[in-house]
Amino acid sequence: MTAVEVEGLRKSYGEVVAVDGVDFTVARGEAFGFLGPNGAGKSTTIKILCTLASADAGTARVAGFDVRTQRDDVRRHIGLVFQDTTLDGYLTAEQNLRFHAELYGMPRQSVQPRMRQVLEMVGLWERRGSKVLTFSGGMKRRLEIARGLMHSPRVLFLDEPTVGLDPQTRNSIWEYIAQLREQEDITIFLTTHYMDEAEHCDRIAIMDVGKLVALDTPAALKASVGHDRVTIRTADDDLAAQALPDAVRTADGIVISTEDGASYLPRLFATLDVPILSVSVRRPSLDDVFLAYTGRTIRDSEQAAGMPAFISAMVRR
Amino acid sequence: MTIVAAVSVPQRGIALDVRAVKIVIQRDLIRTVQDRTRFVAALVQPLLFLFVLGAGLSSLTQGSTGALDLQQFMFPGILATSTLFTAVFSAMSIVWDREFGFLREMLVAPVRRSSIIVGKALAGATVATVQGTLVLVLAPVVDVPLNATLALTLLGEVFLLSFTMTAFALAIVARITQVQTVMGLMQVLILPLSFLSGALYPLSNLPGWLSVVTRLNPLTYAVHPVRAAVFEHLSMSPEVRQRLNPPITWGGWIVPTSVQLLLVAGIGAALLAVAVVQFQKVE
Ligand SMILES: Nc1ncnc2c1ncn2[C@@H]1O[C@H](COP(=O)(O)OP(=O)(O)OP(=O)(O)O)[C@@H](O)[C@H]1O
Ligand SMILES: [Mg+2]
Repeated sequence: MTAVEVEGLRKSYGEVVAVDGVDFTVARGEAFGFLGPNGAGKSTTIKILCTLASADAGTARVAGFDVRTQRDDVRRHIGLVFQDTTLDGYLTAEQNLRFHAELYGMPRQSVQPRMRQVLEMVGLWERRGSKVLTFSGGMKRRLEIARGLMHSPRVLFLDEPTVGLDPQTRNSIWEYIAQLREQEDITIFLTTHYMDEAEHCDRIAIMDVGKLVALDTPAALKASVGHDRVTIRTADDDLAAQALPDAVRTADGIVISTEDGASYLPRLFATLDVPILSVSVRRPSLDDVFLAYTGRTIRDSEQAAGMPAFISAMVRR
Repeated sequence: MTIVAAVSVPQRGIALDVRAVKIVIQRDLIRTVQDRTRFVAALVQPLLFLFVLGAGLSSLTQGSTGALDLQQFMFPGILATSTLFTAVFSAMSIVWDREFGFLREMLVAPVRRSSIIVGKALAGATVATVQGTLVLVLAPVVDVPLNATLALTLLGEVFLLSFTMTAFALAIVARITQVQTVMGLMQVLILPLSFLSGALYPLSNLPGWLSVVTRLNPLTYAVHPVRAAVFEHLSMSPEVRQRLNPPITWGGWIVPTSVQLLLVAGIGAALLAVAVVQFQKVE
C-alpha cells in the first residue's frame, strides 16, 4: 500500500496559484520531505492532504483513502503537527491529550498507557500536569508531536516541525522521528526549509512556486548535481561573472560547478584578472541541488518572495 | 516501549459524536472554572444592577411599583440578562480558539462539525445556568421567596434562554476570524437586544413602536416566563401585577408561557442549525 498518492493537484487562492499541478507518491514506512522556500505551497499541500482544504483539481489518497470522498477515514489515519501551534495553553499537557483522545474516540482503556508512552517519548511525562502556556516553544512542539501520535496514525504530517527551535531540540525531534519509524508502522511526511534537515528524509521533493522541480533520495539528488561547488567572492563580481561563462551569481557570491574543485582552483586563479577575496570549495549539498533546479538559492527565493533579508535570516537562524 | 500496531480510532457513530460533544463541554467548563476574573466579572454585573442601580432608582420609582420593591421587580430581568451575557461570551470563545489555533485541532478530528457546535452551545448554556444558580442565591436578599419548584423552573428557563442565546451568538461568530471584530459586533447586538426585551422595564404602557419591537424580539419570550414565574410567588394587587407583568399578546391573543418557551426552543434549534451550516464552510 502506498501511504500518499497525489496526482495533478492544484489549488489557487484568488490570483495566487499555491499548488500548481503536483504529482508524487510516498511509500509506506517512508520519511518523505517537502523542501521549499516560503510561499512554495508546502503548507497548502499538507492542508489538502489532511482534508482541511479542498483542491481545485487533481486527486489525493492518504493511507488508501480519497481525501475528497473519504474525509473521515483519512482523518482517522493521520496525525498532524501544524506549522502554528494548536494547543490549548490554559489546559495542562495531559488535558490536551485527553481532549484529543476523546475527540478521536480512542478506546478508553488504551488512553492512559498510550498517553504515557508518547509523553515519555518526548520527555514530557513529568510535566504532564503543567499548563501548556508555561511551556517553552520546544516543549510545545514536542507536546504537539506527542498529541499527533496519540491515536497511532498511519501517516504523520509535520509542517515545519523544527522551525524556530534551538539546535538541541531540533536534534531531539529528529531522534523521536527515527525512534518512531523503528517502533511503529508509520509514514512521515514533513516540510522544511532547512536543507540540513532534509537529509534525514528517505526522499525529498523540492517545491518551488507551487511546482515540484525534483524528487529523489538526497544522495541521488546530490549526485545529479554531480560536481563540486566553488564559491568565490571578488572585488568586482560583475566582471568576474563575465569572465566565467558557466558561473551562477547568488547572494553568497559566484558559484561555479566543476568536476574536481581542487584541480580547478589553480586554473581559476590563472584565468581571472579580478582580485579574488575569498574562495570555498564544497561537495554538493541540497542547497546546490535547489540552485541547480531553480536557478536560485533557497535564500534568494525567500527574498524574492518579499521577505526582507534580516527576517529570513532570523527565521532560518 | 511496545509496538502499537492498530490505529485506535474506531468508525464514526453516534457514540463517538456524543463523546466529542461531552469533551467540548468539559473543556469549556474547565476553562471557565479556571478563569477567576471572568467568574468574578460575571457576578459583579448582577450585583451592580441589583444593589446599586436597583437601590438607587427605587426612591424614584417608589410610587409606581405598588407594594413591590424595585429590586424585587428587577430580579428576574437581571437573572435573565446576566446569564445572557455569559452565554454569548461563552460562544465567542470559538473565535479565540480560532485565533489561537486550537480550533484547528477540532476541525481535523474525525467527528461531525455539528458535534463541536452542539458541544459549544450546551457548554454555553451550562456555564450560564451555573451563573444563574449563583444569582438565585441573591433572591432572599431582595425578598424574592425561593422554593425548590421556583428555583428549578427558573434554572430550566435560564438554561433554555442561554442555549438559544449561545446558538444565536454561534451562528454569528462561526465564520468570524478575529477577536476584535467579534467584540465590537456583540456590543452592538447584545445591548439593544436586552434593552428591547423588557428585561429591565415592564411591557405595559410602552410607546407604540417600542411595543411592536419588543414583541418581535425573540428574547422577550425568554424573559417573560422568567418574570412570570417569579411574580407567581410574590403577592401584589391585580392592578400592580397587570401593570408590572402584563401578558404578551398577539392581536389580542394572550400567548401562554408554554408557547413562549416552545418558541424560544424552536428559535434556538433554528439558530443552531444556521451555526452548523456556517461552521461547515470553515476551512
Ligand atoms: N488561506 C489563504 N488565503 C490566501 N492565500 C493563501 C492562503 N494560504 C496560502 N496562501 C498563499 O499560497 C501560497 C503558498 O502558501 P503556503 O502556506 O502553502 O506556503 P509554504 O510553502 O508553506 O510557505 P512557508 O515556508 O512560509 O510556510 C502563498 O503565496 C500564500 O500567500
Ligand atoms: Mg508553510
